[in-house]
Amino acid sequence: MKIAVLVKYVPDATGDRGFADDATVDREGTDGLLSELDEYALEQALRIAEDGDAGDDVEVVAVTVGPDDAADAIKRALQMGAHSGVHVLDDALHGSDAPATSAVLAAAVRKLEPDLVMCGMASTDGSMGVVPAMLAERLGWPAATFGATVATDGSTVTIRRDGDVASQTVEAALPAVVSVTDQSGEARYPSMKGILAAKKKPVETWDLADLGVEPATVGAGAAWTAVRQTAPRPPREAGRQVTDEDGSGASALVEFLSAGKYV
Amino acid sequence: MAQVVVLVEQAGDGVAKPSLELLTLARRLGEPVAVLFADPDRAAALAPTLGEYGATAVLSASGPDFEDYLVGPKVDALAQVVAHRQPAAVLVSSGLEGKEIAARLAVRTESGLITDAVDVRAGEDGPETTQSVFAGNWSVTATVTHGTPIITVKPNAVAPEPAPASPQVEPLEVTVADTSKGARITATEPKRSSGRPELTEAAVVVSGGRGTGGDFSEVEALADALGGAVGASRAAVDSGWYPHSYQVGQTGKTVSPQLYVAAGISGAIQHRAGMQTSKAIVAVNKDPEAPIFALADLGVVGDLHTVLPAVADEVAKRKG
Ligand SMILES: Cc1cc2nc3c(=O)[nH]c(=O)nc-3n(C[C@H](O)[C@H](O)[C@H](O)COP(=O)(O)OP(=O)(O)OC[C@H]3O[C@@H](n4cnc5c(N)ncnc54)[C@H](O)[C@@H]3O)c2cc1C
Ligand SMILES: Nc1ncnc2c1ncn2[C@@H]1O[C@H](COP(=O)(O)O)[C@@H](O)[C@H]1O
Repeated sequence: MKIAVLVKYVPDATGDRGFADDATVDREGTDGLLSELDEYALEQALRIAEDGDAGDDVEVVAVTVGPDDAADAIKRALQMGAHSGVHVLDDALHGSDAPATSAVLAAAVRKLEPDLVMCGMASTDGSMGVVPAMLAERLGWPAATFGATVATDGSTVTIRRDGDVASQTVEAALPAVVSVTDQSGEARYPSMKGILAAKKKPVETWDLADLGVEPATVGAGAAWTAVRQTAPRPPREAGRQVTDEDGSGASALVEFLSAGKYV
Repeated sequence: MAQVVVLVEQAGDGVAKPSLELLTLARRLGEPVAVLFADPDRAAALAPTLGEYGATAVLSASGPDFEDYLVGPKVDALAQVVAHRQPAAVLVSSGLEGKEIAARLAVRTESGLITDAVDVRAGEDGPETTQSVFAGNWSVTATVTHGTPIITVKPNAVAPEPAPASPQVEPLEVTVADTSKGARITATEPKRSSGRPELTEAAVVVSGGRGTGGDFSEVEALADALGGAVGASRAAVDSGWYPHSYQVGQTGKTVSPQLYVAAGISGAIQHRAGMQTSKAIVAVNKDPEAPIFALADLGVVGDLHTVLPAVADEVAKRKG
């Protein structure tokens, strides 16, 4: 069985994120990393590979679509335990929107022919949470999304998703696309052994020609949405700070509540 | 006048409040056409409410396909409506299901998709949206340039305003493709309701974090005294102290209440992403350096175990 895990290289959320002049996400000003939410997808894939329920010949391939630096995301995935990596890299991709990204990922998935595609619930930069569904739509595959647990026996995949009014169990026949939430279980850290082993793992770099994707169908020029304006929000101002002594904190809070007519 | 398709969600026996917000926004762009998945009786029961908020037609589809599978059959229905009516836009609520429907519909109809809009208005080149990105630190204006604009809207983008119309209920016959029945729901386990206001709709939210030490009773008591909802940080959820559906933040709910009280929460960027557009913010934290204080209108440096109960008592007293 082959599992493709889709990992995105994103700017660090704890850094100072913003937009470049062309209204795409600024990747110069902040450090990047493998989106934390994709680590959960990789973790689940690795657990499937380890637990043997889907046979003991499970191969995990990390796939990313992104600029040169996105190779770091693949490297991290290999250190965590993925067996190989694919980096889709092409200058024409800059500024691609979600529909275009999903088309490129669909082409990569067709070339790789995995049984299962695992995604994060959303990327931590764009945070649209739509690529997995778009990808499934393009492939004509079922999507079992937002799994808090994932299990597969090699022919079907079952997830539990935790909604607001109910939790649901969802089942789909393979091949399928699955996305997992950050409730699915902490992702492992790369071990020393993992870090050394990663150096010898194969990584392929594909461009759009390798995938048969027309460059004119991707990138900022082919986007189906246009950003008209970006503006930083004025930061919230810190207000008054009181230190609680003998009930002064509670009094200040009650006063605030009554001044604001919350009581 | 152009039609604007609104996907209606139900809550309990009624129409979910975010759907009334969508109808209100849709009127800025054209005549709202509500699409509903409900049997004929229920559709007839809900139609007056939809009409009250401006729906000029209610299209309703029903059958087991819409209940037994994840979004596929609903996407088939909406794609059919889009093909027939060529609407000026499709508006959907930004929930798990809404976004997934919107994503598939966008690809199916080769249309641009905007997610998590906090405002939608008519612009020169079709609907124009505002989104709040990077944990709410940036605001983005966008338009759709290809196909039918498909827009998912966050709850509370607008206050629902009535504009009465008297819609007919039209049954929607949908041809559901086999490939749309790939993800089957095999079990559903309803959750118990807390009896408190809905987290994303509440005027007051009181949230607890790791600083509660695991006991949420003080947080709940203050929420109840203020008639509010209870929220939690991920640290509290991950520790098993409160259910995930109450998590506020990047991977939980976005809330924007009149008043947000953060108790024992440090204020990590991922938490702020879910609450920093609240009208007023109050924080109670032992650590005077906690980042949450940088956005609090009132910061109380102190132990939440003494401050919260004292406030809850006093509020109860004043209420009489
Ligand atoms: C991809 C990703 C997504 C995430 N999504 C979310 C999300 O959706 N929501 C979210 O909340 N987090 C999210 N996080 C986690 C986030 O980074 C923080 O780890 C989390 O918010 C911390 O929760 P906390 O503030 O309760 O705990 P801590 O950071 O441990 O803070 C606890 C605070 O309580 C104070 N305290 C302790 N005892 C007391 C007392 N007796 N009285 C008063 N104060 C006290 C301490 O001073 C401290 O400031 C996410 C992280 C990642 C990487
Ligand atoms: N450029 C990309 N390369 C690889 N995977 C991606 C990319 N963009 C999105 N994904 C996958 O799709 C998920 C949801 O992304 P998004 O819809 O952008 O929030 C992510 O968690 C990834 O698993």
